[in-house]
Amino acid sequence: MSEPVGVRLVVNGVAREGRCPPRKLLVDFIREDLGLTGTHVGCEHGICGACTVLVNGEAARACLMLAVQADGAEITTVEGLARGERLHPLQESFREHHGLQCGFCTPGMLMTALDLLRVHPDPSEADVREGLSAVLCRCTGYHGIVKAVLAAAPRLRE
Amino acid sequence: MKPPKFDYHAPRSVEEAVALLARYGGDAKPLAGGQSLVPLLNFRLARPAALIDLNRIASLAGIRQLDGHVALGAMTRQRVVEFSPVVARALPLLTEATRWVGHLPIRSRGTIGGSLAHADPSAEYPAVLTALGGTVVARGEKGERVLAAAELFETYLTTSLRADELITEIRLPVMPAGAGWAFEEFARRHGDFAIVGIAAAVWRNDGRVTARLAAAGAGPVPTRLRAAEEILERDGLGDKAVAAAAARAAELVQPDSDLHASAAYRRNLTRVLTGRALATAIGRAA
Repeated sequence: MSEPVGVRLVVNGVAREGRCPPRKLLVDFIREDLGLTGTHVGCEHGICGACTVLVNGEAARACLMLAVQADGAEITTVEGLARGERLHPLQESFREHHGLQCGFCTPGMLMTALDLLRVHPDPSEADVREGLSAVLCRCTGYHGIVKAVLAAAPRLRE
Repeated sequence: MKPPKFDYHAPRSVEEAVALLARYGGDAKPLAGGQSLVPLLNFRLARPAALIDLNRIASLAGIRQLDGHVALGAMTRQRVVEFSPVVARALPLLTEATRWVGHLPIRSRGTIGGSLAHADPSAEYPAVLTALGGTVVARGEKGERVLAAAELFETYLTTSLRADELITEIRLPVMPAGAGWAFEEFARRHGDFAIVGIAAAVWRNDGRVTARLAAAGAGPVPTRLRAAEEILERDGLGDKAVAAAAARAAELVQPDSDLHASAAYRRNLTRVLTGRALATAIGRAA
């Protein structure tokens, strides 16, 4: 019951499995057990958004889920965005519009923006600012991030 | 930090979940969306002997419109509530309030039943339950109880749910056709907990006005602002009556001071936001 449990899930399209104690957070499982360190751990209480991943297509805080809860789920992390050397259009847009400085919040910003653009394919700037308020950038580089997401919207609609 | 050790159970049925809760006699916590409980675990502010994860109980999620009310399974995600056409049609106040709940990635996991059971008085759903006169169904070993908001919420983060009881369903009366509504809230940043929030609904029936008002964040439990509603029901929906109702609302709340805001500031916000919520609701009413 508090003994290790098996977790089988699909991460970025690849079936993965591991064993961990039930108290292991999904974000730590992704980083430590699956070796995918693109997802960052920030505040560990759902405020900063750095650990945001897609769970069955919807953005969620990986620090507020237990790994065992993701058994059977499909997870997309920031590593799942690029196709080999080719960046995802959202990542391209972040590069073009200076949407990152230190990069710590970037995985959370990308995964949050991806979900936001699915819900609001043609967002206003206010929609983007409200949506991105889910993630904190301590470099305070929000302007570039907002521009990047707005510029990516038409490319993702194509 | 990381969560302390706990026994983990993921029952497939409500009966099984209730039996597990009874077995741990108050030392187990039900895990709904986890958006409040998991932070408490990570900071070790909560150290339950066991977590009873409700996420594998399929029967607890879903939205059904029944005769005169909408029944929402306790594990219905806030995101599902937000985009539900049934809710948008029958309970537009709930749709609007949902957009104030945290952020989209929080609403992906957070549930309506979890928010109510957590009983944070600054949260949106407890105020909507209070304003609309809804009920929750609590299931325990001895059967079901149906609780109104005033019977459920006792004080900060405290409900009348017994150790073996789970909220299984939330029932909200359908808002009449032509009703106007608004949820107004002030927080330091969008998505933060409200300093004060106001849920408002008004409708006319054969010239008679019905008003519903509740405040979040202005006391240890959500506050139904009945005496303010009565002003509108007696004097109508003109500017003077709205101003009088807003002023009365500020007298009805019992806010405390904390690091976010003083009691006086919360009282003033109650007046201002009640006025704004009523203006929007009246503008939307047929």
